[in-house]
Amino acid sequence: MDLRVTAAPATQEERAAVDSVLGLPTSGWSGGERSPFDGRVAFSGVPDGARGNGRHKGAAETRRDLLLPALHALQERIGHISPEGLGYVCRRLEVPPAEAYGVASAYALFSFDAGPELVVHVCDDIACLAASGRPEPPAASPGVANGHSPGVGGPASVGAIAWRPSPCLGHCEHGSAVLAQRSGEEGGRTTLAPFTSADYQKLTDLGPSLGLAAMAGPDVRVPQAATDRASLRLLRRVGVVDPESLDSYRAAGGYEALRRAIALGPAGVIEELKQAKLLGRGGAAFPTGLKWEAVARNPVRPHYFVANADESEPGTFKDRVLLDHDPYALVEALTIAGLTTGAERGYVYLRGEYPLAESRLLHAAEEARRKGLLGEDVMASGLNFDLEVRRGAGAYIAGEETALFNSIEGRRPEPRNKPPYPADRGLFQKPTGVNNVETLFCVLEILSRGSLEFAACGTEGSTGTRLFCLSGCVTSPGLYEVPLGTTLRTLLDLAGGVRGDRPMRAVLLGGAAGSFVGPSDLDMPLSFEGAREAGTTLGSGVVVVFDDTVDMADILRRIAQFFRDESCGQCVPCRVGTVRQEELLARIASGTLIGSEGDELALLADLGVVMRDASICGLGQTASSAIESAVRRGLVSTETRGPVS
Amino acid sequence: MTLTAPVSLRRQVPLTIDGQPVTVFEGATILDACSQQGVEVPTLCFLETLTPVNVCRICVVEVTGSRVLVPACSRKVEPGMEVQTASERVRTSRRMVLELLGSSVDLSLAGDDVQRWISEYGARPERHGRQATGDEGDAGSVDGVVRGSTRDTAHAGHHAAPSGDAALTVAQPVKRDNPQYVRDYSRCILCYKCVEACGVDAQNTFAIAVAGRGFDARISTEFAIDLPDSACVYCGNCIGVCPTGALMFVSEHDMRARGEWDESRQSVTRTVCPYCGVGCNLELHVQDNRIVKVMSPLDHDVTRGNLCVKGRFGFEFAQARDGGAS
Repeated sequence: MDLRVTAAPATQEERAAVDSVLGLPTSGWSGGERSPFDGRVAFSGVPDGARGNGRHKGAAETRRDLLLPALHALQERIGHISPEGLGYVCRRLEVPPAEAYGVASAYALFSFDAGPELVVHVCDDIACLAASGRPEPPAASPGVANGHSPGVGGPASVGAIAWRPSPCLGHCEHGSAVLAQRSGEEGGRTTLAPFTSADYQKLTDLGPSLGLAAMAGPDVRVPQAATDRASLRLLRRVGVVDPESLDSYRAAGGYEALRRAIALGPAGVIEELKQAKLLGRGGAAFPTGLKWEAVARNPVRPHYFVANADESEPGTFKDRVLLDHDPYALVEALTIAGLTTGAERGYVYLRGEYPLAESRLLHAAEEARRKGLLGEDVMASGLNFDLEVRRGAGAYIAGEETALFNSIEGRRPEPRNKPPYPADRGLFQKPTGVNNVETLFCVLEILSRGSLEFAACGTEGSTGTRLFCLSGCVTSPGLYEVPLGTTLRTLLDLAGGVRGDRPMRAVLLGGAAGSFVGPSDLDMPLSFEGAREAGTTLGSGVVVVFDDTVDMADILRRIAQFFRDESCGQCVPCRVGTVRQEELLARIASGTLIGSEGDELALLADLGVVMRDASICGLGQTASSAIESAVRRGLVSTETRGPVS
Repeated sequence: MTLTAPVSLRRQVPLTIDGQPVTVFEGATILDACSQQGVEVPTLCFLETLTPVNVCRICVVEVTGSRVLVPACSRKVEPGMEVQTASERVRTSRRMVLELLGSSVDLSLAGDDVQRWISEYGARPERHGRQATGDEGDAGSVDGVVRGSTRDTAHAGHHAAPSGDAALTVAQPVKRDNPQYVRDYSRCILCYKCVEACGVDAQNTFAIAVAGRGFDARISTEFAIDLPDSACVYCGNCIGVCPTGALMFVSEHDMRARGEWDESRQSVTRTVCPYCGVGCNLELHVQDNRIVKVMSPLDHDVTRGNLCVKGRFGFEFAQARDGGAS
């Protein structure tokens, strides 16, 4: 490619950061020092180091998929991505700078201006908002008057801390959370949950040591573990096994499922999944057996398998709990998926806000590799499978499977039009299987207990157990596991009902992309078909409870803000529709309607129609669903704004 | 020699459009089938010389069995497909797409078709309120650092809370950083055509890409640097494909600003570019005996609408008084 990089040379530190991911450049052609020798070699067009990396062979091989890791390296070491640093990445990877900037600027966790070393991303999303109210910026904060209304909060710098309000950080059971990033050689990332404004001092005190040492990790909140551990299946190892010990995992029955999968062979495993009637837990409820079969049968090679751990749906924290406390299980499950579908390479796409899960997953994969459970000749099966952990950078949309592929490939996280479906053309345009973390955990259960036993639990159409993330105004927030078909009332009773015995106002099911239900819907069975009948969705298992003190108009505006922030911007209905939807809710909140209330509601309905019917992907298609359900249930109108006392 | 199957051997696909049976060749899109049938499907981001990106969503149609509407420009026909192009669902979505664009972008130079569609579909952009001016745009910069227009520095995932007083628009100052063309992104509907023309669909220069996210997504060079500092080679192929007048010759822009641009006084002359031997066709737009704009026909075999800097902008030599000697 004829590349024109006009930025000045990168600093030593920037080059070191990038080289730590890409290795040292081997010639002037790829960003290294120019030597007279460079003029006498024929440049193959293949970036150095690309040959033999096993990812994809051929003359046109590139390493563009390392763009995101290289950008992460710059952000972590330098604290921002400068034109010079980006230019160096572009020379190394042969990516045009405009495209690389287009990619980098699509992620919330990258910044382009030098700021304080310590960046604190503070969750102000619905679950934490309901549980603890709006988070406070660091004390006495002149910086907040930074062109942003404090109402919804904008980024600001206060002394040594850059403060960023953040969408859901996946610690909803704690009721408040921050993700702290410190740049520099001694930098690191950590989450603190719960978090109060008094903890800012703690963060600045941590100093440069902020890193793994500071990550003692939030406590595990799986309330059933204390009361009814025997009922837990997907969660049975959480809090029991040592997440850093392969022996501990194996002692708890780990890797028996892989042994069984190898004995059954691909056809046998797929048959088991079909008999178990496993439906995907990511939100779309697609039959997993069919998906695996479509990939396995596709004659095009190579195949890939991706574990979607980009959990970002507001109110969702189940995958984080699983990965924080049972990382080997994902490594094992993904290995089974790879061997079954004929993929020799797998990816775990993990959201960037989960540093603990990342370090534990990396450790688990390394241990598995050392013990012959990953890599060449897995468990002496004669088959190869290895995985890579790829970290997202703050983009809800990257959890959409085709946007996720683009993200791994080093392109903008924009969803692709379907068809073609991933089983035909997925990652690197090759047949690809992709499943949510919880689905993969279910596969382990099916193989270790047998499909019949798995299918015996749940309902006819929704087999097995399901994880539910309870948060908001609930007595015992946490992660719960119940058989599909359990009623919402039973689930809420398990969690002790509404906090402080206050009256329940509403429950948000399925996250921001889900819908509100009310106190009259508590006998609804939580199964795929039950939710469908009730006109709602289980989505990612979100159950956020709102009592009568919560300002529902505020919650709705936060949901609208979320979609406006997280839309990729590709298609008109979602790009502009999410803006108009948020403006409309602002008008309703302030009582400055255009026309009558009926006009505004008609407009809201029209926005819902165009986003649902004409958007490219599920984000736009569901961006109005919670808000419209709230309107249907009378949770919002021009009269009822502000808390009901 | 390239071997292609004789046309008669290509498989025919039967389908219905608005109840009428149609047969088209396999591999055709729904849009192809509609054109064959004489059914108008509005398009904005589609151009026959570019890979369909199906982002504007104005060409959506209803296909029986599909949960959501499908983009006609990119969806391939399938045997037995039942397509509705004028159902209530289709009309609502098209109306809303026009309304959303009309409320956020300056469509005044987007062509007569767009104006006609707005009235035919009954789009009323004013339903969303008064349009915000450029100064009211949301300041997406972080820590108060601003480079150029605030839209150029909007940080993904952050925006100021709207008051609801006015409908947010993409209004912003015109970018004028080179002698050849201006970029007036207040008119940009983000159809991706210029990015495609600059990239693999034509020029392979990659000077521009889509940056940012959501409503703050924008066409940009790296870090929004000026074009002369970027990889731009001034082929102007982006101008050739821009459907809304966001990209414009300086000559046209300035004449419009002076109120001198008058298409009724213009003639278009098709000729061959004299600069080299490739044979690119030029369409010289002439007003008052001066070349004011150079385009290239999309249907020409040699260049399919594309030119290089010499063909696109070299016309100044032809009309310099001193014969271009200076």
